[in-house]
Amino acid sequence: MATQLKEVDVVVVGLGWTGGILSKELAEAGLKVVALERGAMRSTASDYSVPGVRDELRYVHRHDLMQNTARDTLTIRNKPSQEALPMRQLGSFLPGEVVGGSGVHWSGHTWRWSDNEFKIRTLYEERYGKDYIPADMTIQDWGITYAELEPYYDKFEYTAAVSGKAGNLRGKVVAGGNPFEAPRNREYPLPALTPILANVMFAEAAQKFGYHPFPRPSANASRAYTNPDGSKFGACQYCGFCQRFGCEANAKGSAHITVIPIAMKNPNFELRTHSWVTKVIKDPAAKRVTGVAYTNVLTGEEFVQPAGMVLLTAYAINNVHLMLLSGIGQPYDPAAQTGVVGKNYCYQTGGGANLFFEGRNFNPFMSAGGSSSTCDDFNQNWAFDRGKHGYVGGFTIASGFNTALPIGYRPVPGGTPPWGKAWKAATAKWYQTAMNIGQSGSVMANRYNCYDLDPTYKNAFGQPLMRMTFDYTENELKMGRVAADLINQVAKSMNPTRMNAASVRQSWSVVPYQSTHNTGGTIMGTSPGNSVVNKYLQSWDAHNLFTVGANVFPHNASYNPTGPVGALAYWTADAIKKRYIKNPGMLV
Amino acid sequence: MTQDKFDRRAFLKSAVAGTAVAATTTALPQVAEAQQTAPAASQTAAYSFLNLEEQAFIEAVVDHMIPADELTPKGTDIGLNIFIDRALASGWGKGDRLYMQGPWKTGTPNQGYQLPLTPAQLYRAGIPAANAHCVKTYGKPFDKITEAQREEFLLAWRGGKVTFEGGPPARTFFNMLYQNVMQGMFSDPIYGGNRDKAGWNLIGFPGVIAVHYQNVEKFRDKAYVVKPVSISDMS
Repeated sequence: MATQLKEVDVVVVGLGWTGGILSKELAEAGLKVVALERGAMRSTASDYSVPGVRDELRYVHRHDLMQNTARDTLTIRNKPSQEALPMRQLGSFLPGEVVGGSGVHWSGHTWRWSDNEFKIRTLYEERYGKDYIPADMTIQDWGITYAELEPYYDKFEYTAAVSGKAGNLRGKVVAGGNPFEAPRNREYPLPALTPILANVMFAEAAQKFGYHPFPRPSANASRAYTNPDGSKFGACQYCGFCQRFGCEANAKGSAHITVIPIAMKNPNFELRTHSWVTKVIKDPAAKRVTGVAYTNVLTGEEFVQPAGMVLLTAYAINNVHLMLLSGIGQPYDPAAQTGVVGKNYCYQTGGGANLFFEGRNFNPFMSAGGSSSTCDDFNQNWAFDRGKHGYVGGFTIASGFNTALPIGYRPVPGGTPPWGKAWKAATAKWYQTAMNIGQSGSVMANRYNCYDLDPTYKNAFGQPLMRMTFDYTENELKMGRVAADLINQVAKSMNPTRMNAASVRQSWSVVPYQSTHNTGGTIMGTSPGNSVVNKYLQSWDAHNLFTVGANVFPHNASYNPTGPVGALAYWTADAIKKRYIKNPGMLV
Repeated sequence: MTQDKFDRRAFLKSAVAGTAVAATTTALPQVAEAQQTAPAASQTAAYSFLNLEEQAFIEAVVDHMIPADELTPKGTDIGLNIFIDRALASGWGKGDRLYMQGPWKTGTPNQGYQLPLTPAQLYRAGIPAANAHCVKTYGKPFDKITEAQREEFLLAWRGGKVTFEGGPPARTFFNMLYQNVMQGMFSDPIYGGNRDKAGWNLIGFPGVIAVHYQNVEKFRDKAYVVKPVSISDMS
């Protein structure tokens, strides 16, 4: 029998960036907040310090900071006609499972998604006509605007120590930044990172084509920094151990060094680690929820935590899973095209070329998470005509290094033997003399790409696993061909000694790592018919339930998702503080 | 193992074969003597998981894939066999993060690993199957065939042209084995491989000291040559 606990004002499920922001903000507003986190407490001082943190095998290949699939995973398939099977080990994406969440092990790339995304259906229909968007492409406007989010992007960038160069200040294009970015009110809090050789060489080549390379904005502090909350950052050391590691220098924008410790000092806040939420409890008599059920995974004890508000702020996939397990909202059915919970799961595309230059020294181990020179000419640049290629979406092309450690990163020209003396000689020759040009591409929502509960497989709590059905569609393949061609043109213009050309990612496989940018499932929108949450990320089915994460994105863009995820957390916190607390009910 | 060192496996084989109690007792002083004179590296090179057949197989694989030349010593001399043994004995080898609930289906390649086996179990089933294939094809297990035959077999195995009758999927086992060899070559030496940082020296990876705030500009397009530092060097 579960132990009934005393009611609190707010229960936060999952303590990463979004849970941390909301916990801090709502505790400061005087609410009693309890955060329930599956994972353990970890700190820079005891867990992410040198030399122990500099262990590629442990953190990259054995997933020390990540979700343990022995306990909970997903089943996966490419299309509805297949039988979904469990993702028995991590590969394609890596959700975090510690206090701080995936914000501990991310690289820091922080973008401002704009009205190009938020008004996507309107923009394409206006420019190319209603028939341009394929019938099974279930994209929709988000119901929010860039202008509404701008102050919250700003707040997140200043909290997370984003280094970058503005390209558009209040409507004026500024040299050195991204000329295609949406207008920002002020500069980044920190100057851009120091470019590495791959950045410089790519930028020179891209400029010759008339493209507009700029330093990628990233939450890697380019110098020591104190954020507006007083959280202190060290300067990034370009250590090369960024993605999948905690930052030893406290230079990476992470919740465990910013909002979470501030919340923890607040007597209104309580953190319970090793607390696995199994269900959000609905009030059968009203359009609200009453709290959550959870299990202490150290003891097996079960608890019910009543709460005035429930905030789902776990990893995007797990937020959707909890909604489905709790029976909140109507599950999406791709055959009948009814329901919304589980709809519009999206991912990203990628790929690139390796370029080998005899005699150069790229020093791939000397890089920040955000050491990237990026071109936005085919993404945020709306003047770029997608119509002649017949696709919807965008891609960035970029060059740099991020965590190019030797178990995982040893580029050799195609045709090199896989072992033996010749392999050794090639590995030795090219490790330091190779660079790459890569792309990151959007994935548009498709009727058949979705989540639901698996009919067969269960997690450690006896609950159905989440089932993910996903594959790339012709839209992504068309765009991928354009991206690969562009990359190969730029690469060839640089006259590398050898080159492995870029190609198109054909079908989604769970095996190799691609990106931890899983979006959708509980999408935001303008009505209960087209979305699970409104523009304040409030459930249409229960006014005291909010979910904050990339699970609310109606489609996925080329850009990394953490910028809007962080901005939306502040946006939602504001709506709760300024409006919901005074007058609990639907905000729309 | 080189001939001038104590041949541990030959000794153990004679001991476990139970040829004669006398044989083992007469061998014992040699063990003690050999251990005293062996270099320090072999003191740590004891196996904790692999059995004799598995040891012979893995040693032959790592020495074939990483042969000695002017760039590095051979695989067993940089501990790749020991890395694999320890990996299989560790939580990873026991599948501590593997979802191990059935039902079990083959699935598509895109659905990834679907075997009802932990890595340790896959090695235990896979090595005899690989050896059986070599016996059938070449008349001898992998560690006894020629260099050319080893190359031919490994390339065919990697290329998906080998199947194990009644054994686990050959390609799945190969991919894990190859990945583990590379992990042993390039992971921190605390895991038993990359002895004397041979893998890091090969490519010029500097290891765990990485304070490059100024170096990033100073060494742009310049060789950064340092003696690599490992976790235990700093502990």
